[in-house]
Amino acid sequence: MIKSSLRFVFLTFLLYISFKPLNSAEMVDPIKVNWSFKGLTGTFDRASLQRGFQVYKEVCASCHSMQYLSYRNLGEPGGPEFSEQEVKAIAASFEIEDGPDSQGEMFTRPGRPSDKFKSPYPNVQAATAANGGAYPPDMSVLVKARKGGANYIYSVLVGYEDPPPGVDLDDGVYYNKFMVGNKIKMPNNLMDGLVEYADGTKSTVDQMAKDVTTFLAWAAEPELEERHKTGVKVIIYLVLLTILVYLSMKKIWSRVDTEV
Amino acid sequence: MSEHEYTPKSKAGKWFNDRLPLLTLGAHLTDYPTPKNLNYWWTFGGILTFCLITQIVTGIVLAMHYVAHADLAFASVEHIMRDVNYGWLIRYIHSNGASMFFLAVYIHIFRSLFYGSYKSPREVIWIIGLLIYLLMMAAAFMGYVLPWGQMSFWGATVITNLFSAIPLVGDSITTWLWGAYSVDNPTLNRFFSLHYLIPFLILGLVVLHIWALHVPGNNNPVGIDIKKPSKDTVPFHPYITIKDAFALLVFMIIFAGFVFFTPNVLGHSDNYIPANPLVTPAHIVPEWYLLPFYAILRSVPDKLGGVILMFSAIFILFVLPWLDTSKVRSAVFRPIYRQFFWILVIDVLMLGYVGAMPAEGIYLVLARVGTIYYFLHFIVVMPVVGYLEKTDPIPMSISEPVLTGVAEPSIARKVNDKI
Repeated sequence: MIKSSLRFVFLTFLLYISFKPLNSAEMVDPIKVNWSFKGLTGTFDRASLQRGFQVYKEVCASCHSMQYLSYRNLGEPGGPEFSEQEVKAIAASFEIEDGPDSQGEMFTRPGRPSDKFKSPYPNVQAATAANGGAYPPDMSVLVKARKGGANYIYSVLVGYEDPPPGVDLDDGVYYNKFMVGNKIKMPNNLMDGLVEYADGTKSTVDQMAKDVTTFLAWAAEPELEERHKTGVKVIIYLVLLTILVYLSMKKIWSRVDTEV
Repeated sequence: MSEHEYTPKSKAGKWFNDRLPLLTLGAHLTDYPTPKNLNYWWTFGGILTFCLITQIVTGIVLAMHYVAHADLAFASVEHIMRDVNYGWLIRYIHSNGASMFFLAVYIHIFRSLFYGSYKSPREVIWIIGLLIYLLMMAAAFMGYVLPWGQMSFWGATVITNLFSAIPLVGDSITTWLWGAYSVDNPTLNRFFSLHYLIPFLILGLVVLHIWALHVPGNNNPVGIDIKKPSKDTVPFHPYITIKDAFALLVFMIIFAGFVFFTPNVLGHSDNYIPANPLVTPAHIVPEWYLLPFYAILRSVPDKLGGVILMFSAIFILFVLPWLDTSKVRSAVFRPIYRQFFWILVIDVLMLGYVGAMPAEGIYLVLARVGTIYYFLHFIVVMPVVGYLEKTDPIPMSISEPVLTGVAEPSIARKVNDKI
């Protein structure tokens, strides 16, 4: 009885949390991609992260900020793992405002690895005004901030279509199969061959969408690889300890006439 | 407290113990006679203590890095996740720890409901437990506000607005709670302050909860009073400590599974969007452990009515020991009540499910049916069933029917099968 009710409670709990996410009916389920970072031991594809950073830098970064990331993160383990020189060069390619200096003046200088990613606009209002009244969201935790996560981001990037007959779109509004409500203010920015990958990979829309989504997934969860690795160790340790404690318990309780 | 006087062996120990009998307390906790037939549902007390300590320890570390300010809170949480050494681990343990805490407390409460642990002479243990549960809900709600994401902000707005339903003074009370004319920086600051305070209040109540438990001693699956110490009991240490440790480790494996492999599955993705007072999320939902009450709240078309009903759903539990008229504690020997117990479990799970759904159509109907049944269970089923039910024969002691089978072998077999 106890075993069956334990199972019952646990299964109901699982069922319960699997039901929890909810959303409006108009949304099409995002495309399921077999990401390398999925699963218990998932890791990021290093080359894809580096390509994804390139797409971000050359395409997304003109409107989207990533204010919680620093250039040094690009060289840290578990990420794109650019070399120290590369990170320095990437940082130095941005002009960062600093100050005030001893005269009380603000000044600009080349970026350093410790600087945060430079934002394309000075503030949210400026970003909103420059983009037809729709604020391009900060992308630091975007993958965690959307139901469907990486699958959803990827789907939106490849989900642009001509609107079906009967759907009227205002100026500056685009039709996207996967966007909630199907209307999106971000134009379709990806086209085949848009960026020239340093590693020679063919830059198809699909490839770029996958690469930049991988990059965003890392940006949202830079600890993912360490988390997975530590998790496996912790679970193995706990299971072994549980077995030992179980055997000790059996031994101790063998002095009593009761089963445990 | 202790049945026999304890004398420390060393001279220093005796000197100290005469002045502050801490060693006597330690001896009492070690020897504490515990029914030997406690099943694994009884291990959740220890698990809950572990949960509380985990939340306090991780919380203190998080508070060293967190900034309680409307403009900085979200960024400081990201700082913890990215720049603080193992900050992601500490935060994920804390956020998932809240869910695990509630999972354990719900099992603990339903255990008590099934085996009649709330009944005489344990009413005070039960009431202190409910006070702990109330404080847990307050702490969890305020903790969810601290990251200052969209769900934080709008959850806080919805819940604090409930108080505006109070006639005449409602709006003033709400403004007073906010410290502003809407949920804003002063609200965040006071929630942080209270969120830090409440766990220590809970800790104090836990001490009282255990103290009150050690007066009559544990209930047990058979639900009968037992002689202590006797053949029916074992000393708390090492028998119960090792068993609690085993159960805790199993619990920790599940806990670690959430923390390391799906740390965000129990949260809401909208809470990774910074709070924006100008944009309301499509669906405002509380954390899963508050959903049944959210369903009750929304099942009433009238705001004040909903609020009253929601609070009644909790406060009715305080008078449970006096609503239950049955002389028999354990549902093992209550064939009718046992059925109703499981219906209540299903009812509460269903309320939780519809609490996550939009309050319309079939969900609203289900919420109403579930709410009515919830109250019927306590107000009608419990007193009436307890009065009318023909209970199964109860064994004289824990050991006797099981061991000798003298009293009635069939009962012994039946009891063994059930427990």
